[in-house]
Formats: sequence, C-alpha cells, structure tokens
Amino acid sequence: MSVLIDKFDVFAGGFWLTLQICVLAAIGALILGAVMAVLRISPVPPLRAVGTAYVTVFRNMPLTVVMFFAAFGLPALGSNADFLRIPVLDSLFTRLGTDLPYFRFALLALVLYTAAFVCEALRSGVNAVPPGQAEAARSLGLTFGQNLRHVVLPQSWKASVVPLGSVIIAMIKNSALIGFFGVVGDLSQTADQLTSAEGYAFIPVAVGISIGYLIMTVPLGALLDRLEKRQAVAR
Amino acid sequence: MRMKRVAAVAAAATLALGLAACGGDDADEGTGSGSKSFAAGSTMEKLNKAQKIKVGTKFDQPGFGQKGLSGKPEGFDVEVAKLIVKELGIPADKIEYVETPSKVREDAIVNGTVDLVAATYTINDKRKERIAFAGPYYEAGQNILVKKDDTTITGPDSFKDGTKKVCSVTGSTPAEEIKKSIKDVGTQLVLFDTYPKCRDALKGGQVDAVTTDNVILLGYIAEDEASFKLAGDNFTKEPYGIGVKKEDTDFRNFINDTLEKAFNDGSWKKAWDDTAGKFGAELGTAPTINRY
Repeated sequence: MSVLIDKFDVFAGGFWLTLQICVLAAIGALILGAVMAVLRISPVPPLRAVGTAYVTVFRNMPLTVVMFFAAFGLPALGSNADFLRIPVLDSLFTRLGTDLPYFRFALLALVLYTAAFVCEALRSGVNAVPPGQAEAARSLGLTFGQNLRHVVLPQSWKASVVPLGSVIIAMIKNSALIGFFGVVGDLSQTADQLTSAEGYAFIPVAVGISIGYLIMTVPLGALLDRLEKRQAVAR
Repeated sequence: MRMKRVAAVAAAATLALGLAACGGDDADEGTGSGSKSFAAGSTMEKLNKAQKIKVGTKFDQPGFGQKGLSGKPEGFDVEVAKLIVKELGIPADKIEYVETPSKVREDAIVNGTVDLVAATYTINDKRKERIAFAGPYYEAGQNILVKKDDTTITGPDSFKDGTKKVCSVTGSTPAEEIKKSIKDVGTQLVLFDTYPKCRDALKGGQVDAVTTDNVILLGYIAEDEASFKLAGDNFTKEPYGIGVKKEDTDFRNFINDTLEKAFNDGSWKKAWDDTAGKFGAELGTAPTINRY
C-alpha cells in the first residue's frame, strides 16, 4: 500500500483533473438537460419531438460509443471542438483551452450523455407537480415561460433534486472512461500509468483511485440525504 | 491367487514402462509429451507434458505481432516464441496466443494467464521487480513518426518549447521517455491504449508526432509511405526480452540458451527476414544475452 504515500502527488493530480472535468460536465449537463426538459414539455409539437429524439438517442447509447464518436468521429469531420474554448472558463480550467482537443472531446461526450438523464430527472419532477397548479397559473393568464418559472419549476425542483444528484454521481463515476480516450492525468488514467508504466501492483492503486472517487461522491450523496430529509419536513 | 494378481500388475507395469522408454527414444527429435527430457518439476517439463503453452503477444503491432486474416498473430515476436516453443517439444499449432497490450503484461505473467510474453517487451529494472526477462533477442530504439511534409520536428528536443503535441501508448517505456523532453504533459501528451489510435490522431492533425520504438513506426511507414516518415535517428536503446515469472530462473536460462542457439544457427535471422525485416528495418548483430 506504500504506493498511496509514495505517489500521493500523482493521485492528487488525478483527483484534481477528474474534479475539473466533473464540475464542467455537471454544469454543461444541467444546462443542456434543462433546455431539453423544457423542449420535452413544451406545448409546441416539433420542439417536443426534438427533445424526445435527443433523449432517445443519448439515453440509449452506451457512453463508450458516445466517447468514441466524440474522440474519433469529430476529428474525422475536421472539428477539434474549438467551440468549447469558452473565454473565461478556459483560464480557470486550463485543459479546456489547450491545443490538444481530447479533454474537450471527453467533456462533450460526458455532457451530451448526462444531459439526457438530467432531462428525464427534471421532467419527472415537473410531472410530480399536480396538474391543477399549471392549470391555475394558465387561467391567471401566465404565459408558458412565466408558468414554468414561477409556478411549476420551483415546485418540481423539490421532486427532482434527489434523482438529479444520482445522475451527477453516476456521471462522476462515468468520467473514469475519459482516460481511455486520450485525456492524460485523470484518476483512471493515473491508475493505468502507475500500474503499467511504473509497475505498481494493481490492487493498491485501485484502492487509491477509488478513494479519490469516493471523496467526490460520498459528500454529494450525504448532501442529497439531507435535502431529502428537509423536504420530508416541508411536506 | 493374490500373489498372482500382484505379479500380473507388476509385469504389466514393467511392460508399460519399457514401452514408454522405447517411445521416448523414437521421438527425441520431434514433439509430443515426454519428447524431451527436462529436470523434474521444471516449467519446461510441465509444459512439455501438457503439450500446451500460452504465449502473450501483441495483436496490433505490424512486423512483431499482428493478428491478420489468418486469425493468428504474425510477426517477429511470434516467430521467436515459436523457436522457444519448438525447443520445448511442443508443436507450433498447440500455442494459444493471448493478447497482452503494454499495460497488462506484468499482470498476465504474475497471474499465470500466460506462460511467457514476447510482445516488444523492453527490459527495464522497474519491470524486473515483478517479473524476469530472458534475452534480449532484439535491440530497438525509440524514434519519432511525423507527417511526410513536417520539417519542424527533428528529435525529442523539438518538444521542449511546449508547442508540439505527441502521442504514445499508456504505460509504455517510450511514453515515459518522451515525458523527459516535454514541457507540459497536460497540453502536449496524448496516451491511448493502442498505436493505431495514435497514428489516426497524427493523420487527423490532433497531434504532431507519434513516438515509440523504431520498428513499430517502420511498420506504419510500410503501410502508408506517402503520409509518414521518421524524424531523425533513434534516441534510446530498447532491448526486447521474453517475460517470464520472476522466480523461474530455470525457465529463463532455458530460453536464454534457446535464443543463443537461434542466434548461431540462423533461425533468428530467418525469423526476422520473414517478418519485420520486410519493412526495411535493420536487424543488426545478435545482442548479448543478459544472464542476470
């Protein structure tokens, strides 16, 4: 187990990079997922169809396949995902703005895939709001947008926050795939590096990176439990 | 009555032993169980008795171990493994090939998934802590593959200014070596599990260079001479060895003897000419076996 102490800086570096991509991917997935959820519940049929198609495609495709499309399909189409070099963010998260596109490819795949689940978690929350609420809002003359903003979403939030948390936890664990698609230095790739190049035995290294993932997921889970308890009181 | 039965069993046993001895004499040159005599309890004896051997090699390494339409890997590593297997008295068609990419090689040996590994396996001290190496049977060197029209990369020093991007394979020695010349790993280095992905990234322009042992790169040049070239000379020495279990010194010595024999009788050179030699790679003189 001495590898955990000897190579602490390597584990810490891997943890930091995984945390970065997870934060970015969570933000991206929540935004895209919310947009898709609005599309799916919108009163306009073509918009609903777009939302449904998105969820159907990305919820049903294995993440590995999405990753492959992003990391090897986009370059074949001549794109380096440069649209993700978002001005302020790329100075905070330096990997976002580098010439090497694989961090952006992996981020894109994680966002696209997770957004489908975020969309469904949000929609299930909306469905949990009694229809009378939306009807009442409509009869008061609120538009669809106002209705969502002031009446439906604030109530649906309570019902969807716990499933959303589960989706994000799943995403953090899914991020272990990125090391196999050209991203150097995240937790899972760190494990690869230590076991194959530096010859450490696998199990202690696996324990080390598991701790890294647990540091991210366990507090998130605990937070969700608290939120759930508070909600129970509120009802 | 009882005496008679015992006598009959004894007689039968003697007869069987005699027959076995005769059979052994006849098949001395060939293959089959008991065709060669090895020290009792040695790995060689066990493998010879079982008439089965599991060889770990790469399935994606042109010239060394590449699985093609035949369904079996072909290349120099495979041929060298066959020379050893032949010396064990096992026919080549009894070899079970197991794919061992760079990162699983030590584990495959330690766990006994394979009996030996011949997979462009560079001998180094870190690896010697977990397994043992026979050989080397070839000395390669690290080089850099670039696009044919690239004149900006001339060697490992070209990566020092922090702008050029390079691809290699996770956990391989060349990846560790090139890190020494790289300014920022995060922005300059890409690691994949196999080299073809690196080659595609070079072709697509995501990276500027691919680095690994020269013979592997020569394989890609042979496949597509119009697109790629080597940038400069080899800048390391990579002795390829046969990986075996760390404590199995007898087996290691046996492989070393076999390799030395192959160096001298020309079968080593023939194996090269039939495989990696076709790409124009130099074989050089036989390396000195390192019996540590």
